[in-house]
Amino acid sequence: METDQSTQGPKPIIEVVNVTKTYGKVQALRGANFSVYPGEVVALLGDNGAGKSTLVKTLSGVIQPDSGEVRAGGKPVKLSSPEDARVLGIETVYQDLALAPDLDAAANMYLGRESLRKGILGRLGFLDKADMRRGTSEAFERLGTGIQDTAAHVHTMSGGQRQAVAVGRALTWATSVVLMDEPTAALGVVQSERVAQLIGQVRATGLSVVLISHNLPFVFDVTDRIEVLRLGRRVARFETGSATVEGVVAAMTGALVQEEEA
Amino acid sequence: MTNKPSDQTDTTLDPDAPSTPSAVVQEKSARGAVTVLINRASRIFAATSLGTFMLLVLIVILFALLAGDRFFTTFNLRNIAIDTSGLLLISVGMTFVIIVAGIDLSVGAVLVFSAVIGAKAMIAAEGSPLQLWIGLAATVLAGLAWGIVNGILIAKASLPPLIVTLGTLSIALGLSYVISGGFDVRGVPPELNATLGTGSVLGIPNLVLVSAIVAAVAWVLLTQTRFGRHTFAIGSNLEAARRAGIAVERHLITVYAMSGLLAGLAGYLNLARFQTTTIAGHSNDILQAITAVTLGGTSLFGGVGTIVGTVIGTFIPAVLRNGLVILGIQPFWQQVVVGAMLIGVVYLDHLRRRARQKR
Repeated sequence: METDQSTQGPKPIIEVVNVTKTYGKVQALRGANFSVYPGEVVALLGDNGAGKSTLVKTLSGVIQPDSGEVRAGGKPVKLSSPEDARVLGIETVYQDLALAPDLDAAANMYLGRESLRKGILGRLGFLDKADMRRGTSEAFERLGTGIQDTAAHVHTMSGGQRQAVAVGRALTWATSVVLMDEPTAALGVVQSERVAQLIGQVRATGLSVVLISHNLPFVFDVTDRIEVLRLGRRVARFETGSATVEGVVAAMTGALVQEEEA
Repeated sequence: MTNKPSDQTDTTLDPDAPSTPSAVVQEKSARGAVTVLINRASRIFAATSLGTFMLLVLIVILFALLAGDRFFTTFNLRNIAIDTSGLLLISVGMTFVIIVAGIDLSVGAVLVFSAVIGAKAMIAAEGSPLQLWIGLAATVLAGLAWGIVNGILIAKASLPPLIVTLGTLSIALGLSYVISGGFDVRGVPPELNATLGTGSVLGIPNLVLVSAIVAAVAWVLLTQTRFGRHTFAIGSNLEAARRAGIAVERHLITVYAMSGLLAGLAGYLNLARFQTTTIAGHSNDILQAITAVTLGGTSLFGGVGTIVGTVIGTFIPAVLRNGLVILGIQPFWQQVVVGAMLIGVVYLDHLRRRARQKR
């Protein structure tokens, strides 16, 4: 069950090494490690307060760790803003989806990286709305979201459709890793199944997926590997194929510790 | 993940619709097409603040019927437009501020402060061929400075806009009195009144022209550019905007700076029109501006709003007052009616929001 790092063939595409983060008196991360290998779906598991969200925010550039480092392709990188994470091809599907409800699907899809017109108008910041609608239509078609009206405001959409917009946005822009924070939390069984299929599609394109979820059956269904955080540090790693729910739960609750060192 | 079955296209509304692979738009089910149409229609309704526009049309028709020839004179319509020119500038700036879910209570005070500074600058520049331009620069820069102060305190220090702008309202007004000694600054060059204040181009008063141009530029900025898109995004979901890599703090500072700048410009128009600072005459500006913006369909919750709506919302109170005066009805009724309309419009917005939360 235990994976030895030396037997891993490929190098991690993204690696979190010995990261700490303190909020006031709360130590959210105390020397946390985490690895993502190319083209894999890896779950980041842990009980509430284990530091999963903090770790994800570190990877998406929303927060900066107090110490430790993030490596991309083996080299240390500084993720001081979401912009930096994007440059590395890391996209995040946040638990709250991070959509602007008063904007339409296309505007949300291109939020923060709007297409501009060519020439002088573009230099003045004029939007190329037709291009963004076209790109959004294509992405929705490719992903089979079933959303026809890219000019529909997000607040008029169902929960599943909103999710589709958020996931579609991440998949469209990611070139290395997609972080998904509780993607099934607000979804029914059928929609969760769609997300599972979507994750399969993503892996098929060669992207890596980091999945944060409390939904263990879902995790066992879609992931290749599982890493477990507890009290701000990694305590265990599993190959999903040979892992058991009992083993994973034991690691999450502290009954099992594979990795002692920080 | 299966794509939505496209065999529903045989129920397309238009049987002759081309079904080439590129014609993706036509490749929708009839139901989808109808939904799209309904969505589009309701968006157009909301986007152009059609409800408010119809209200204005209704008021105009009413006055036209009751006082026809007296209401529809060029002179009268010109007066209404001139009366609203300064307020329109403030309301346009306020539209951006309210779309980012903020508020700027300081605009009236900033207008007065800028006018005092501008008047003093022009008096000091007496004899210079650039006197009027120096006055313009001083007035606008004074307004801009207050806007930047507001923006920095709100965006960087994360203080509530209501409190920050209430504070700067008090400071700007207090300083206006300190600088002017409590008396309106006189000695504004008469050339300013002769050119900007009372001049006109092709029959359109210069004051009206300035505010119309500003409103047009603001419309383009809000609806056609990335700046406008980010303005809506920040008001709709600030955290999402931040995570999308939008420079939220810088944008907020810019929005408040614009509001201050436009208040400064309104101060200059004010000097041009009245040839003095009218220090005590702007305590109601802020209420009028918020009323205009809100009547125009801009939501105080942020994320929604239009310049067209604001223009209409600015004209409704002015037209009402004007019409009531012409009809010989006590103009005080205008305040009563505008207040009631304001509550009605906000109530409708509230209902819309509640309906969408139920989804």
